[in-house]
Amino acid sequence: MKHTVSLTVNGAKQTAEVEPRLLLVHFLREQLGLTGTNVGCDTSQCGACTVIIDGQAVKSCTMLAVQADGSDVTTIEGLARDGKLHPIQQAFWDKHGLQCGFCTPGMILTTVDLLKRNPRPTEAEIRHGIDGNLCRCTGYQNIVSAVQEAAIRMKA
Amino acid sequence: MASRIFGSGIKRREDPRLVTGQARYTDDFVLPNMVHMAVVRSPYAHAKVKRIDTKKAASMPGVIGVFTGQQMKDAGFGPIPCAWVVPGSDTKTPPYPAIAVDTVRYVGNAVAVVVAMDRYQARDAADAVDVDYDPLPVTVDAFKATQKGAPRLHADVPDNICFHWHVTGGDVDAAFKSADVVVKDRIINQRLIPNAMEPRAALAQYSSASGEVTIWTTTQNPHIARFLLSLDTGVPEHKIRVIAPEVGGGFGSKIPHYPEEAMVVFASKAVNRPVKWTESRSENYRATIHGRDHIQEVELAAKKDGTIVGLRAKVWANLGAYLSTASTGIPTILHGLMLSGVYKIPNIHEDVYGVFTNTTPVDAYRGAGRPEATFIVERMVDVLAHKLKMDPVEVRRKNMIPPFKDGYTVATGLVYDTGNYEGVLNKALQIADYKSLRKRQADMRAKGKHLGIGFCTYAEICGLGPSQVAGAVGFGGGLWESAIVRFHPSGKVNVMVGVSPHGQGEETTFAQIVASELGVSVDDVEVLHGDTDQTPMGWGTYGSRTTAVGSGALMGAITKIKDKSKIVTAHLLEASPEDIDYADGKFFVKGSPDKFKTIQDVALMANVAWNYPKGLEPGLEASAFFDPPNFVYPFGAHIAVVEVDAETGEVKLERYIAVDDCGKVINPMIVEGQIHGGIAQGVGQALWEGAVYDDDGQLLTGSMMDYALPKAAYFPKFELAMTETPTTVNPLGVKGIGETGTIASTPAVYNAVIDALAPLGVERINMPLTPERVWRAIRDAKRS
Repeated sequence: MKHTVSLTVNGAKQTAEVEPRLLLVHFLREQLGLTGTNVGCDTSQCGACTVIIDGQAVKSCTMLAVQADGSDVTTIEGLARDGKLHPIQQAFWDKHGLQCGFCTPGMILTTVDLLKRNPRPTEAEIRHGIDGNLCRCTGYQNIVSAVQEAAIRMKA
Repeated sequence: MASRIFGSGIKRREDPRLVTGQARYTDDFVLPNMVHMAVVRSPYAHAKVKRIDTKKAASMPGVIGVFTGQQMKDAGFGPIPCAWVVPGSDTKTPPYPAIAVDTVRYVGNAVAVVVAMDRYQARDAADAVDVDYDPLPVTVDAFKATQKGAPRLHADVPDNICFHWHVTGGDVDAAFKSADVVVKDRIINQRLIPNAMEPRAALAQYSSASGEVTIWTTTQNPHIARFLLSLDTGVPEHKIRVIAPEVGGGFGSKIPHYPEEAMVVFASKAVNRPVKWTESRSENYRATIHGRDHIQEVELAAKKDGTIVGLRAKVWANLGAYLSTASTGIPTILHGLMLSGVYKIPNIHEDVYGVFTNTTPVDAYRGAGRPEATFIVERMVDVLAHKLKMDPVEVRRKNMIPPFKDGYTVATGLVYDTGNYEGVLNKALQIADYKSLRKRQADMRAKGKHLGIGFCTYAEICGLGPSQVAGAVGFGGGLWESAIVRFHPSGKVNVMVGVSPHGQGEETTFAQIVASELGVSVDDVEVLHGDTDQTPMGWGTYGSRTTAVGSGALMGAITKIKDKSKIVTAHLLEASPEDIDYADGKFFVKGSPDKFKTIQDVALMANVAWNYPKGLEPGLEASAFFDPPNFVYPFGAHIAVVEVDAETGEVKLERYIAVDDCGKVINPMIVEGQIHGGIAQGVGQALWEGAVYDDDGQLLTGSMMDYALPKAAYFPKFELAMTETPTTVNPLGVKGIGETGTIASTPAVYNAVIDALAPLGVERINMPLTPERVWRAIRDAKRS
């Protein structure tokens, strides 16, 4: 028995038939072809699948596609506007906040939420703020620098 | 090196696609008619497989086929080959079937595969495959598995001992007899789970018409994967194309050629459609290799003044249930030969027993063998210092190999290339302000607080390596590299390399080399890697060899381009090729720098060949191979400062200072990033990470909920500095930096914790140093 879901993804209206058990992350990746959202675990620990739903960072492997009915979803593909990187994307690039890049989309979208709630975070607040996102490459140091840099740029 | 591009921390050229979600990892690929594979895995660590009933699974919605190991065998698929068999050690290589046929030997061992229309249906049907197991006794501990009465995994491997390897230098028994003091420890270098953020995946497309197979896979070394796939699938090497697209971290865990790569080829052949398999994280914990897992009995002999005279060790290295690709080389060649560390230790002997157990196969994990060696040396130096009531820095200084530029031979037979160990130590001490730190420690102790200062002065072997040595030590391949530099008519450049970076940034650093050497803009260079049909042969990215060896091949090709460009320029300027010089992107007549052609001028003329030297081949493209004459030995000094809460056992990492020397630095930003990540993983081993099996062989740390991966809040800001001692082993003087942080930080942090607890009488704790373990150690020390 399939269900109809209607939602806005990166500004575009989408209506689709989905199985009730379909995870949102698989809906985004496999039905919409938005493969920028990655799956790194199956226990909601790693945060690689983080997207923004109605303004909040959500792990899309923890949510069913049917639960996202009526929501407004932003994935990493929807962050850059008019060919220009979002300041957080730019800061991750400038500060070498990524290596293999697999955790990066989730890390960036978590930062979007973090800086919205706390535009001027301290280093400790950043480190705690990205607690739900794991990175195995960077030792987090340059991710923290990237978030700090993004905070400065977004305030300006 | 006229250009300032070399040595500058330019931003990575990889990043725009990665920060926008445009990068394509293996699981992102979708092919027409593609179907999904799921693997049925054993819940038992050791069992006879009596019967596999696939009927129910085969009738489920969307299911296309269910296949067993017997069917795969009948289709002509052979066992997974081990590609590093250490010679002279009576090494046993029992068969490693991709899918178990009659016996399963670890939890996660494949017993069947299901192919279905989507991944959910494949998973459902995999759960419906009914396997009748007859459980057998289990052994998980590398020492216990060798003891009398332990269950045997493989019929032809008595006592589960796969090999007994040893290294001997000098006369260690005589050294111990002459020693004033001997210190001992039993070190558990615990099993770790690599946890690259991208789980493994493989997508195979077999063409029955051409007999060709294309496989997208999460590998660090596509050419090795192709070679080994040709051995077990029977598809000839020239008909296999391996593509490593974006790869989300590896840390060694994506070196091996895995059973699932053979399975997707088999399945694609069987159902005549492209087949994709993607690992779940819980599958990754059981089916992707683990690292380390040594039990080490170590003794260090010294004179009263702290001069080390000998080191003796006996190691039981857990190999897991089967031999993964590089498994026997890691606890031997990459471990035992490094036991001299940065010290003059004239007499060394180590016995290593490689042992089969009912656990996930163990292979390379960042550092691979060297962390297990460095921990021994750096821990024992501290134990000796404690015993002699000397400062650990003084014991290190006393025994350190003095600075050298032309090679230094250690007792194990290795010839270190270049080193200045006192240089890095002095710099680290200065940054740490060592004197003040010790004073602060004393002040805090007076207040009942526990500050600890820990050291690691290391050298490591990387830049693997001379191919003759590879052959001599049983590595089943070469270790040279190759590169092609191709100039297009417009002056833009493609570089094709055999190495396969997956986060290390060589698309940027290699472009920097080309830009610096040939006077083109970095943006005019595109570096291609990771596709056996598009790149020349190479042995892959591991052992911190990509830059150290790959850049040698690149420089060879660049030199050929320069030589040819001089001939073309000479023709155009009506001069003799010997009279042409090169600087800053210009080929000019010696003494007349205003008469010149740019590399772009040359590229255009070489490609169109309208006005061209007689007899010279057109085109501006060069290919080169580089086989290094030696390994490289980067080194450094790391200092960890911790505070331990004696009430709770909690360890807080307060400062971390790393001074490293990787020779010439191409891009300092990338080098620092590699060091940061390495430190985090090594600290992870010291304080939090550890795979735990129960006596039944069940993996208790089987998910990210149970295995403590480091998070951002666990770390202070690392304090980094460099010294620069170029190597003579490759044209650019560069050494590897991918693994140093991991090698150094585990002993540095461990030593710091024990230093903090010294006044409480705590002398050792098994890693990871979790609050519970630290608290118990404090309690036990108080009791005794």
